[in-house]
Amino acid sequence: MITIVDYGAGNIGSVQRACMEIGVKSVVVNTPAGIQNAEKIIFPGIGAAPPAMDTLKRTGLAAALKQSFESGIPILGICIGAQVVLDSSEEGKTPCLSFIPGTTVRFKLRDKSLKIPHIGWNVVKVVQSHPLLEGIGKEDEFYFVHSYYLKPADSENIYAVTDYGGEFCSAIGQKNLFAVQFHPEKSGRLGLQMLNRFVGWDGRVPSKSTESRSR
Amino acid sequence: MLSKRLIVCLDVRDGKLAKSIKFVNTKDIGDPVQKARQYYEDGVDELVFYDITASQNNRDIMLGFVKAVASQIFIPFSVGGGIRSVEDATKLRLAGADKININTAAVKRKELISEIAGAIGSQSTILSMDVRRTQKTAEITSGYEIVINDGTAPTGIDALKWAKLGEELGAGELVINSIDADGTKEGYELILTRMIADNVGIPVIASGGAGKPEHVYEAFTVGHADGALVASIVHYGDFTCRQLKEYLHNRGIKVRTGF
Repeated sequence: MITIVDYGAGNIGSVQRACMEIGVKSVVVNTPAGIQNAEKIIFPGIGAAPPAMDTLKRTGLAAALKQSFESGIPILGICIGAQVVLDSSEEGKTPCLSFIPGTTVRFKLRDKSLKIPHIGWNVVKVVQSHPLLEGIGKEDEFYFVHSYYLKPADSENIYAVTDYGGEFCSAIGQKNLFAVQFHPEKSGRLGLQMLNRFVGWDGRVPSKSTESRSR
Repeated sequence: MLSKRLIVCLDVRDGKLAKSIKFVNTKDIGDPVQKARQYYEDGVDELVFYDITASQNNRDIMLGFVKAVASQIFIPFSVGGGIRSVEDATKLRLAGADKININTAAVKRKELISEIAGAIGSQSTILSMDVRRTQKTAEITSGYEIVINDGTAPTGIDALKWAKLGEELGAGELVINSIDADGTKEGYELILTRMIADNVGIPVIASGGAGKPEHVYEAFTVGHADGALVASIVHYGDFTCRQLKEYLHNRGIKVRTGF
């Protein structure tokens, strides 16, 4: 059973339908009590960081999520749900959840032919192996819609990067928390495959391999 | 680098898939939900479901139908046709549409663009514009005019100025639909597409006229579009999405191939 956190930030329905498609039961919750007994949590979102954080704090969901994170429950953050796990967001100078050190910053692109938001399909390049990224090929693409991107303080938390006028971090992880800037629920077969892997994930990340990393 | 997007448009009339030829003589060509799933599996990057009767007949789009389509495809999906208010847009978002296309109602009351963008975000707000070639005048300096009500009514609004205003008001993407090219299978209106793509900072989708894979290629290379919308070329089985993508890939266009 997947618990989907609804904090008024959008694409709950798409995540629910994606769960249905891969044959896993899901429940949507919007209270701290609803999260307490969760086995696995998907923390989605689309929109803006300031209202998202407002709701999370006001409803007590922020504290409940922290408890789940600390108790080892597998959590998958998506888009805004990934951005707010860092310390803060440049968007409205918003203090965030601080599950992973770092900030969310706005694209500043030198190449003016590149448009913001970054909307569309782009390659997710795995730079550190992770159970949720298994099987992703060199040219595999996922769907992005965002104007701000993840900038973790420690490269150890970076699992994938994507190129848009330079590389930016598109997937971060820390213990039982994994979070992606793209939308697996909107990324076709490959996205559903990733959600399926999350369903089977016990929240553990095998100890670091010695393979070379690009950063 | 972002891939160029191949987008299939499903024109829907009375719940059935239709393809217009210069916006008249619509022809029924099958069940849109089933078609949507077929295109999804065949590697289309995005779908547009356009209710071509809504703006004239003042009727609501069938939300149940949108829900049915949304439960079958796991790629972005937009809906347009007859959207006149924030309430319409929000209902469609909740039914499963990722993006909302507005057209005629925005021309009649431009504030609608910022209202909808404010409610559901710019990334979900698409300004779709129907454009017809015309004489250059003092008002229509680009030689392209916005037309409304499914192409039946000229407005006196310059297409390029309207595109820029749309961006300013919060549209996150623009669909440039050439009435002259629509349904002809003779290629996109490349001059128009390029003129707008080069003058706005948001993604531009070329629409109307694709009949050959080469046309789609030109929309990207000559038209500078970020996405190309196709209909007849795939609806009648001339080409599959997979074939179009293979063609584009082989000619050096970056497209999503691992689906």
